[in-house]
Amino acid sequence: MTATLTETSTGSPRVGRLVDQFELGLDAPICLTWELTYACNLACVHCLSSSGRRDPDELSTAEAKALIDEFERMQIFYVNIGGGEPTVRPDFWELLDYAVDHHVGVKFSTNGFRITPERAAMLAATDYVDVQISLDGATAEVNDPVRGQGTYDAAMRALANLQAAGMKDFKISVVCTRHNIGQLDEFKAIADRYGAQLRLTRLRPSGRGADVWDELHPLPHQQRELYDWLMANGEKVLTGDSFFHLAAYGEPLPGLNLCGAGRVVCLVDPVGDVYACPFAIHDRFKAGNVRSTGGFDRVWKEAPLFEELRSPQTGGACTQCSAYDACRGGCMAAKFFTGLPLDGPDPECVKGNAEEALAGLDRSTLPGSSQDHSHTGTVRNAPVPLTLGATRTRPTSACDESPVAGMS
Amino acid sequence: MLAGEAWRLSPSVSVRPEPFGALVYDFSTRRLSFLKTLLLLDVVRRLDGASDVDEALRSAGVGDGERAGYLRALDGLAASGVLIRSTP
Repeated sequence: MTATLTETSTGSPRVGRLVDQFELGLDAPICLTWELTYACNLACVHCLSSSGRRDPDELSTAEAKALIDEFERMQIFYVNIGGGEPTVRPDFWELLDYAVDHHVGVKFSTNGFRITPERAAMLAATDYVDVQISLDGATAEVNDPVRGQGTYDAAMRALANLQAAGMKDFKISVVCTRHNIGQLDEFKAIADRYGAQLRLTRLRPSGRGADVWDELHPLPHQQRELYDWLMANGEKVLTGDSFFHLAAYGEPLPGLNLCGAGRVVCLVDPVGDVYACPFAIHDRFKAGNVRSTGGFDRVWKEAPLFEELRSPQTGGACTQCSAYDACRGGCMAAKFFTGLPLDGPDPECVKGNAEEALAGLDRSTLPGSSQDHSHTGTVRNAPVPLTLGATRTRPTSACDESPVAGMS
Repeated sequence: MLAGEAWRLSPSVSVRPEPFGALVYDFSTRRLSFLKTLLLLDVVRRLDGASDVDEALRSAGVGDGERAGYLRALDGLAASGVLIRSTP
């Protein structure tokens, strides 16, 4: 019992028995994502939650405040708020204040359109709020085809406003794709220029991400490039524990290196449904709803799905692999949405162990999304798909406006 | 940190007990730490009412063999700002 009596989340991965504890679950999540609305002013091609239009059944202001009260009772120190675009909700700033007043810290993700100089000054005034600006290219040429026309400039304006307001340690959040892996140094330079911290996360084949997965997910040599870059940059760059599948290259990356779904992580969606993780918005991973008797606390502690995720996992085919202890079979959501078995290798397994299974898949049977709030009309800042297009075609809706839909 | 000094939890820190020990979150640094034994949680909780670190360790029942490890753990918490010196 020496230095292992304590540990910080950003410390070296000397976790040992703590990981075993986490696999059994905790009394409350460490990392809770709360998507406040499905409404979004953008239409990013890879949106995890297929956001666009508000759901009429979204939690009311009073319900949202009651949920914050519950987070406070459970001692959930902070929540990651996202969407959709959370600032689109008219009560967003009211809920932010309410959370802070109730000792629930907030880190929220935004495309930056509404981070005006005035809002930036408000945000800089409290320790309890952290902001994360989404940026998926270090240049507009790489960013805008994914996030939408004008979104690069909007993100840069938000970063400048936050810096000018004296905000410290805000984040620039990048989803790593085939087109931006070569820009990692440039992203770091942008972060340094604005006094921000760089956060890199993994592209997931969830929501609309399934439509562009084949064209956007990093190629094998780029995964290696990313791993080497992360190893070289260490704890200065955040990853949200996103890339533990890369641990199979050798040394683990900083972080817990485990799938936290339903164990230390979960998602509350805009209508109050609780999912095992933010990348798994699908009925298969729905544990319950915060509106049910016993609320969120009961869903977290008693949902059969979460009990299943906290029970010992077999690892299936992966247990034969020498790297299993390092990567733990990778990301559950990535496997599910690419049609792979949950107890087999990750679709981006660095040992190439998923290639055969992926090649043999009948792609018409992929699970898809169990909800879709995508915009159906035109969007002002729509992505400009110069090179990108959907690779998974959507079934034609029964109430499609065109009388000849599906007949061509 | 000396065993004869008085230390306590920083006011910006919140402690959440868990089956293995506790999670400790510092709202000012936004860093999460883990207390990996229930005994360490007990020691940390006793710091506030104790006249010094030594009293907290003894009243929690930390044995002589474990004492050095616990002092190192408290040292780490002090270095990251989770524990602060009590003003005499």
